[in-house]
Amino acid sequence: MLYAFLCYNDEDAVFSWSQEEDDAVMAGLDKVHQGLVAKRKFGPAVRLMPTTAATTLRKDSDTPLVLDGPYAETKEQLLGFYVIDCEDLDEALGVARDLAKANPGGAYEIRPLRLFLPGVLPT
Amino acid sequence: MSDLAWIEAAITAARPQALGALLRYFRDLDIAEEAFQDACLRALRAWPRNGPPRDPAAWLILVGRNSGIDQTRRIRRQTELPPEEAISDLGDVEAPLAERLDGAHYRDDVLRLLFVCCHSELPATQQIALALRIVCGLGVAQIARAFLVGESAMEQRITRAKARIAKAEVPFEAPGAVERAQRLGVVADMIYLVFNEGYSAADDPAGARASLCGEAIRLARLLLRLFPAESEIMGLLALMLIQHARAGARVDADGQIVLLEDQDRSSWNRTMIGEGLALLDKAMRHRRRGPHQVRAAIAALHARAARPEDTDWPQIERLYGALERLEPSPVVTLNRAVAVAKVAGPAAALAMIEPLAPRLGGYFHFFGVRGALLMQLGRASEARAAFDRAIALANTAAEATHIRAHLDRLAREAQPPSAVR
Repeated sequence: MLYAFLCYNDEDAVFSWSQEEDDAVMAGLDKVHQGLVAKRKFGPAVRLMPTTAATTLRKDSDTPLVLDGPYAETKEQLLGFYVIDCEDLDEALGVARDLAKANPGGAYEIRPLRLFLPGVLPT
Repeated sequence: MSDLAWIEAAITAARPQALGALLRYFRDLDIAEEAFQDACLRALRAWPRNGPPRDPAAWLILVGRNSGIDQTRRIRRQTELPPEEAISDLGDVEAPLAERLDGAHYRDDVLRLLFVCCHSELPATQQIALALRIVCGLGVAQIARAFLVGESAMEQRITRAKARIAKAEVPFEAPGAVERAQRLGVVADMIYLVFNEGYSAADDPAGARASLCGEAIRLARLLLRLFPAESEIMGLLALMLIQHARAGARVDADGQIVLLEDQDRSSWNRTMIGEGLALLDKAMRHRRRGPHQVRAAIAALHARAARPEDTDWPQIERLYGALERLEPSPVVTLNRAVAVAKVAGPAAALAMIEPLAPRLGGYFHFFGVRGALLMQLGRASEARAAFDRAIALANTAAEATHIRAHLDRLAREAQPPSAVR
């Protein structure tokens, strides 16, 4: 089953990492990614710009309202996501634990996919 | 990442909000700083043991508040408060509690903390030093290195600046809309000063001063999160990101300045430029033009040009014209002249900057630009005089070396071919 891993963390903390700290975290994550690639389980993955770059279109009225900033003001922010193929929740939690070791702080929300369109964009 | 590195990152990130809340609570910068310091020490003990709290800022505010009260009570020889274990064991209870304490205030807390550093009687350098010390939590030694002064001199400077603001009226009531907008403007300008202090330090790209650019970017990000619809803060952050993206390309291996048109554009940080362009895009939507946005738009035109010859100089000239109207200054006119030289040639640009001479008589870049224009016009001896003056006014060794390269070229060209052996 395909699972989305929504990555939440305190962006103030993440964006105060030095380049070296950032590189170290990314290198640690890459090892986990490569393991999943080898098992042909690794789907699209993105890292988002900070929430300050976000714009929100509220569509609950006839003329949608455009607002600056992210949809939800949260203590921890959505900073990226993965799509990973896992047998079951147990395996998904195992993957999340591996990712967490490389990238502590915050949380992964693990949510099964209902529909997956791989899209046409080149990497 | 190790426990300690994670805790340090969390404390650094939480500092403005936590210290800002403690300042509002104690209405005294020294007590607030001491309380925060104490909370950090307790965090270093408690977090590795109990795991990180859900909301580090809330934890630090609560523990700091109790520590500060404890401190003032101890002074009055009254009862002590329970130790921090009692607080940290509250777990999830801490977050809503702190939120009730601070949720409505924290935007203004952070703004106030920045604003007290911007006291109008303090010279710019002291405002910067104070902001770095108080808001960013940089050590005195690190700030001293950034300003190229001794540690004790910097310590003194900060102490004096703090004494100055301690006497000033700190506005603790929540500001009205106009007042808040004014504070934001003042604070944004101060953040840009911090950035420029680091940016002008071409001598040590990876050193102490360069880190000021990172701090300024962090502060602007923080402000924009608190005030997400402020187009000038978007512009400021965009400007700094796009300029900082070029940091690695601005200086060569020998520490020499590399001009924009000679930089290796493939080494520009595309992630930062991408974020800067996205922010500028957002800012423009508000149709409220401001100087930071215009500066960002100029930086963006450079960033968008794949090669120097692709640069949209006519548009850059127009934007400098807009900046002149928003913030008239001879330095902006000098910058517009550089664009004019590209669009209409060096003679037109030279005619534009001649009237600036009385006001920019002590400005390195004025003579650098003037010399370059004269050189292009083939007026070698006048160019040499301008470059000599520029060297005398250079702020850094790299600036002087850069001008000397022009002089060497003039000397080579002045020599008749037969004299070259």
